[in-house]
Amino acid sequence: MLTEVLLLARKDLRIERRAKVALGQVAPLTLLIVVVFAFALDANAPLLEIGAGGLYWVAVLYGGTLLTQRAFELETEGGNFDDFRMSPIKAHSLFLGKSLGLFIQICVLELVLTPAILLLYEVQVADWWLLTAAGVAGAVAFSVCGVLWGVMAAGLRVRSTLLPLLLIPVLAPILLAGSRAFESALGIRVDAGWSWTSLMFVIAAVHTVVGLAAFGFLLEEN
Amino acid sequence: MSAVVKFENVVAVAGSFPVLTGVDVSVQEGEIVLLQGKNGAGKTSFLRACAGLIRINDGSAQVFGFDMRVDRQAPRRYIGLLGHENNLYQDLWAIEHVEFRAVAGGGQKSDAVEALARVGLASRLWSVPISALSAGQRRKVAIASLIANRPRLWLLDEPHAALDAVSRADLNIILKEAVASGATVIFASHEGVLSEELSSRVLTLRGGQVVEDSGAH
Repeated sequence: MLTEVLLLARKDLRIERRAKVALGQVAPLTLLIVVVFAFALDANAPLLEIGAGGLYWVAVLYGGTLLTQRAFELETEGGNFDDFRMSPIKAHSLFLGKSLGLFIQICVLELVLTPAILLLYEVQVADWWLLTAAGVAGAVAFSVCGVLWGVMAAGLRVRSTLLPLLLIPVLAPILLAGSRAFESALGIRVDAGWSWTSLMFVIAAVHTVVGLAAFGFLLEEN
Repeated sequence: MSAVVKFENVVAVAGSFPVLTGVDVSVQEGEIVLLQGKNGAGKTSFLRACAGLIRINDGSAQVFGFDMRVDRQAPRRYIGLLGHENNLYQDLWAIEHVEFRAVAGGGQKSDAVEALARVGLASRLWSVPISALSAGQRRKVAIASLIANRPRLWLLDEPHAALDAVSRADLNIILKEAVASGATVIFASHEGVLSEELSSRVLTLRGGQVVEDSGAH
């Protein structure tokens, strides 16, 4: 199974490396969101500092949704969805492979965004371990949720507009938990940062179990 | 010879529209079956039903002995499907795409080299993004992906589309070679003489049914 997972993830990442959608388009767009917030709230610097964690995760949410759409566009454009369904690769591996590819892209996005908020919002990191763990937890949760809901929308003509509608409410708990964990990591509030991080891992685990159980069925029914 | 595809009174509905309305046909191993019919006659739906990509609503359908009403996925490992569209990852190089398909299908990366050479795609084009290839070259990459998977049942929808005359003739040779090595081919085409020369049997579809079978006794 590991071979199949890596094969699929490697293929997605190779395509992204060529197309440069994640780094060339999505990352600059999310950076722009962070910058726009910085301009919009500049008159109130303390507010910007307080909101840094939340604004970071809003940018990740937006960029991650675009990356999820892109991950399934690869499989649906040019009739590829038939080959995706016809593939002898097991549904478990398809789910985990797509999730791994998306996870790495979201991590890259986070690596671009983190220094941006530190510089633009003038915040200091109080706990690097918590910041890293929260970033990883959020990326894992985001990727498995994205792939699970992405496949549901993949076979529909209205997928480009439907997927964000389906995905954003599902991702809201990750946005909330990620924001709280980051606020703790940035020393903005003394809060249960590790508990919020754990919550994201729990969300990821639940969606992974559901994804492993349902992905094959969802793929067939599209 | 055993039946690769055995459909009895098969009905399939897409949305609320019946795409197959009682197909009775049996295709034996080693046959090259040409599907003929006007647009909307049910050729593509028949191919997709054989591949298990559409649900069978009524009747009995078996592919490689698997009941398609119970498990549509089981026979797919033996099937190669070439649709109207080429099903290609546009940003991959031709060689990367065929390697991916070969390995995903349980083969080796080296199968890709052999397959691309077999379809006659110039080696200088192997390391070019598929999006930069011409329509005919993309079709060759798609056909190479099938060859690399060595399917036992080839389902082809207008396989000659976009190919030049030499490549069309070469595709016919490839398909005859596949059949000689034990495969079965079912293909839909409007190509006329070229397709009839290739086929050992012609099925004519109309309104989601087989209305004429040159192999019927």
